[in-house]
Amino acid sequence: MTWETVIGLEVHAQLATRSKIFSGSATAYGAAPNTQASLVDLGYPGVLPVLNGEVVRMAAMFGLAIGATVARRSVFARKNYFYPDLPKGYQISQYELPIVHDGHITIDLDGGGTKAVHVIRAHLEEDAGKSLHENFAGLTGLDLNRAGTPLLEIVSAPDLRSAKEAVAYMKKVHQLVRYLGICDGNMQEGSFRCDANVSVRRAGTETLGTRTESKNLNSFRFLERAILFEVQRQIEVLESGGRVVQETRLYDPDRDETRPMRSKEEANDYRYFPDPDLLPVVLDDAYIDAVRRLLPELPDARRERWARDFGLKADAAEVLAADPEVATLFDSLARESGQPVVAANTVQSQLFSLFGPERTPAGVNVPATAAILRLAADGSIARSSAKELIEEFAFTTAAPDLQQLVEQRGLKQISDSGALEGIVADVLAANPLQVEQYRAGQTKVLGFLVGQIMKVSGGKANPAQVNELLKMKL
Amino acid sequence: MKLTRQNVAQIAHLARLEIGPEELDGVVEKLGRIVEFVDQLQLADTSAVTPMAHPMDMSQRLRADTVTEADRRDLYQQNSAAVEDGLYTVPRVIE
Repeated sequence: MTWETVIGLEVHAQLATRSKIFSGSATAYGAAPNTQASLVDLGYPGVLPVLNGEVVRMAAMFGLAIGATVARRSVFARKNYFYPDLPKGYQISQYELPIVHDGHITIDLDGGGTKAVHVIRAHLEEDAGKSLHENFAGLTGLDLNRAGTPLLEIVSAPDLRSAKEAVAYMKKVHQLVRYLGICDGNMQEGSFRCDANVSVRRAGTETLGTRTESKNLNSFRFLERAILFEVQRQIEVLESGGRVVQETRLYDPDRDETRPMRSKEEANDYRYFPDPDLLPVVLDDAYIDAVRRLLPELPDARRERWARDFGLKADAAEVLAADPEVATLFDSLARESGQPVVAANTVQSQLFSLFGPERTPAGVNVPATAAILRLAADGSIARSSAKELIEEFAFTTAAPDLQQLVEQRGLKQISDSGALEGIVADVLAANPLQVEQYRAGQTKVLGFLVGQIMKVSGGKANPAQVNELLKMKL
Repeated sequence: MKLTRQNVAQIAHLARLEIGPEELDGVVEKLGRIVEFVDQLQLADTSAVTPMAHPMDMSQRLRADTVTEADRRDLYQQNSAAVEDGLYTVPRVIE
């Protein structure tokens, strides 16, 4: 029996604002417990939420980036449930009228080709606080710093057919929100996480099977593992004649399995209704046009431009476009050096291995690095010298006088054919045997002769010119 | 629609209201009258009316994204029944 996997994802992206969605509390990560929880966040009676304008702009920007409709009118609703990390007894979310609906995100498929995944909606909501169950005898500790942090919940249609497709989709959303600058994408800190709705059905059937929801997956790997486990579990249940129970489950990375979290009868009766504390959010065309003008060049557009203008290969473009900081660095280096292919190679083969917390792509000294690449490209210095110079200057703010440095350190390649011809002639005279062998058809010895010439020249001979001269003389 | 004892017990549970078995019939009766009243409203033809989310015909004002709240944890926690290490503590809840 073959089974088909059906997956829909709900991605939660924490919006990168300074203050919370409905209060003026800070959203900084890692503050001491409850030092960023004000009366609004704590759910005190008599306080009123006031919507943060940045949150609206960021949601609209996301909507435009995925070709969705940005609603001219959207409404906040109360989602009612009791849990101590939700002091008001309801979460302010959006229900019938979300701010963004009906867009799509295109993913690359494994065997080539692409798939447009339908994004049903993206709505704004507030995050809950954090419960700490350890360390308190018989008690739960609450840190409400996170309560009221703005989230954009991005809900896909059940269009994904494998764990791999789900991971590709989540990565694409991750890349997009980082390009847009609306989410820092930090998954360890929980700024970007997702819930996976998973079901299986017999191959060839149309009706959806009963789904389960695996919650709070905060890494691409956990998403993949949770789906693989869930699919296997559901197939085993069905093949042994059982029924899949619709429920919420939690993935446990230590045991690599999902477990039921809370019973559904209580969970799914949220009694949504419009929040009387908040008026409808009305956006006019002028507002939406203004947001549209703020849209940066998106990853797919960048890759296409690089292929068209720079002749960059698809896999190189993919790697360089993955991270917005790296993409911007590559663009600046390509432009300033006038050598896009060399710039692409340098970023991939040298700079990537140097990046770290202290040495970020945004911190690269573009003018100096581009100048070094130009010297290598016109043959003034050897590639190995360029590599050393880049290592020395790429992460400084120095403006080195490269001409002077090249002179001082004797890095200048000998491209003067008169000088080179002398060296070549000397080497050929000193190695008559190899010259004979070459002329007898053993072309391999050319490498030996080049090596000798490089040695005599102290590594400063221009290799391209040496090859040319040798072939002429032999 | 007609409210049943089961409906009311379920709603009470979701709202964390304690309604004893001896009170339940009375609540079913009183709540039932409210629901019947709403049923009358349902008779009005609203097919051409846009659902209203708020009685005021205004739109939401937006706030600038600035931090305006200082840390007043110590003051706020004076209102709390129990705190420990800066955390509010409550009877243990287990997932």
